[in-house]
Amino acid sequence: MSAREIARAVRAGERSARGVVEESLAAIAERDGEVHAFLLVTGDEARSAADAIDAAVADGRDPGPLAGVPVALKDNLCTKGIPTTCASRILEGWRPPYDATVVTRLRRAGAVVVGKTNLDEFAMGSSTENSCAGPTRHPADPSRVPGGSSGGSAAAVAAGFVPLALGSDTGGSVRQPAALCGTVGVKPTYGAVSRYGLVAFASSLDQIGPLAASVEDAALLLEVIAGHDPLDSTSIAQAAPEVTASLDVGVAGLRVGVCDELVEGTAPDVVARVQQAADALVDAGAHVTRVSVPEMRYGLSAYYLIAPAEASSNLARYDGVRYGLRVPASDVAAMNVATRTAGFGPEVKRRIMLGTYALSAGYYDAYYAKAQRVRTLLIEAFSRAYEQVDVLLGATAPTTAFPIGERVDDPMAMYMSDVCTIPSNLAGHPAISVPFGTGDDGLPVGVQVLAPALEEARMFQAAAAIERAAPAPGSGTK
Amino acid sequence: MSEQSATLGREDVAHVASLARLALTDEELDRFTVQLARVIDHARDVAALDVAEVEPTSHPVPMRNVLRPDVVGECLGRHEVLAAAPECEDGRFKVPRVIGEAP
Repeated sequence: MSAREIARAVRAGERSARGVVEESLAAIAERDGEVHAFLLVTGDEARSAADAIDAAVADGRDPGPLAGVPVALKDNLCTKGIPTTCASRILEGWRPPYDATVVTRLRRAGAVVVGKTNLDEFAMGSSTENSCAGPTRHPADPSRVPGGSSGGSAAAVAAGFVPLALGSDTGGSVRQPAALCGTVGVKPTYGAVSRYGLVAFASSLDQIGPLAASVEDAALLLEVIAGHDPLDSTSIAQAAPEVTASLDVGVAGLRVGVCDELVEGTAPDVVARVQQAADALVDAGAHVTRVSVPEMRYGLSAYYLIAPAEASSNLARYDGVRYGLRVPASDVAAMNVATRTAGFGPEVKRRIMLGTYALSAGYYDAYYAKAQRVRTLLIEAFSRAYEQVDVLLGATAPTTAFPIGERVDDPMAMYMSDVCTIPSNLAGHPAISVPFGTGDDGLPVGVQVLAPALEEARMFQAAAAIERAAPAPGSGTK
Repeated sequence: MSEQSATLGREDVAHVASLARLALTDEELDRFTVQLARVIDHARDVAALDVAEVEPTSHPVPMRNVLRPDVVGECLGRHEVLAAAPECEDGRFKVPRVIGEAP
């Protein structure tokens, strides 16, 4: 049942929120031992929240647009009094004293939080293998990764545990796992969704986004979480974009550019699906051309300088003083070292060191400062492309889901998983991944629609048309 | 990419680890050096660009000085904040010795 149908039935008194939540919890209990999407299931809290919604309906009050809809939260979103670990030993046992703004808005809209999902530690990774609690497995093939870093949220939706989940996307961490698991994943415009209460990784790139089984449900969730928040100084002073209204508009006359840089270097079976999606848009009345944004080729390098640089600064706060782990030592400096050494996993250490290097004396100008200038070049190149087309189309990830363990010892190979998603983060633009059939291995493929800043409506317009034309799951490439 | 890698060697990794307050074993130092050098090698395409005339972007949305009205609002209480601390005493965070003993 979709989130929209659940909310409608609960608001109409046809279904109880409690019943919906019990179904979700039962599905998790039955299969999450294998999938490991969740780090924590908050069954008791979910049941009382559901009961409160049912009471509201009985009283004739409207519980909101997501009434009774079970939602999973990536475990880097702060939940008041409920452990928030970032899948890191350094935050084990920490209970935040406040809710993230997105969590407050979800509750206000009647959604029911059923648990916290697994991720790569501090959202650093593309496979959900870098978790102190062990990997999440792909719901359709437990020998493969679900993608990452929001792999737990993507797997929870794909496995049917919940209709909706939230993730965070710094370089593709919502869209790439969505593509690999066969769900919809959205990275909104930077500043469209408040980051208050999202544990910071790379502050100029991080953005919270929806994962859902359908484009419509993703749109519904985005409308609930987006909009200005005075608690985030980078929040754009605008109301949430109205995106559900654009779902049925169609794409007649829409100018779509198939982006060379978002298909070259990707697997042939993925390219075939992007082409098929482009053909479907032509059939639906869109004007499809090929476009090149050559500066995207520098995206990966620029990202792996900028994101670690910001991370090295953001993660300096984990010093064993105010919260989280402390490993005792004789003086403060030794305590800091012992705590950070024991608390962070290898990928987080790699990124902190990479960022420290990129910012350090003698290298700052050669690496970090250059990467920031390349970011400007990329934004200008996007602007030129958007003079010719309304949206860009390409692959979300270069391959389908890969085997657990395949890339874990080769960071550069892992980083390549993000090559198609990174440009939107660097530019601050929105992008969405929509499931579109499967690859030669029978695993899901996602196609990506990119749009200029704050143009979520036209992005959803194209995404809905792609979804309508998507091949049934399990049908081969023709 | 050139074979004799990197600008980045073992002593660079040891240096940044100490700046970042991380202790590495010899084995980790070897492994991280190889891995980080590969990333820095990949970044040479960016390092090689002549972009001196291009303005840097630190942030995708141009903004400055976002202020709120100067009125007292809600904030976290001291007790709530200290409850999360590994150690506290008399309403303050407690840490081990900061300044060394007199010689």
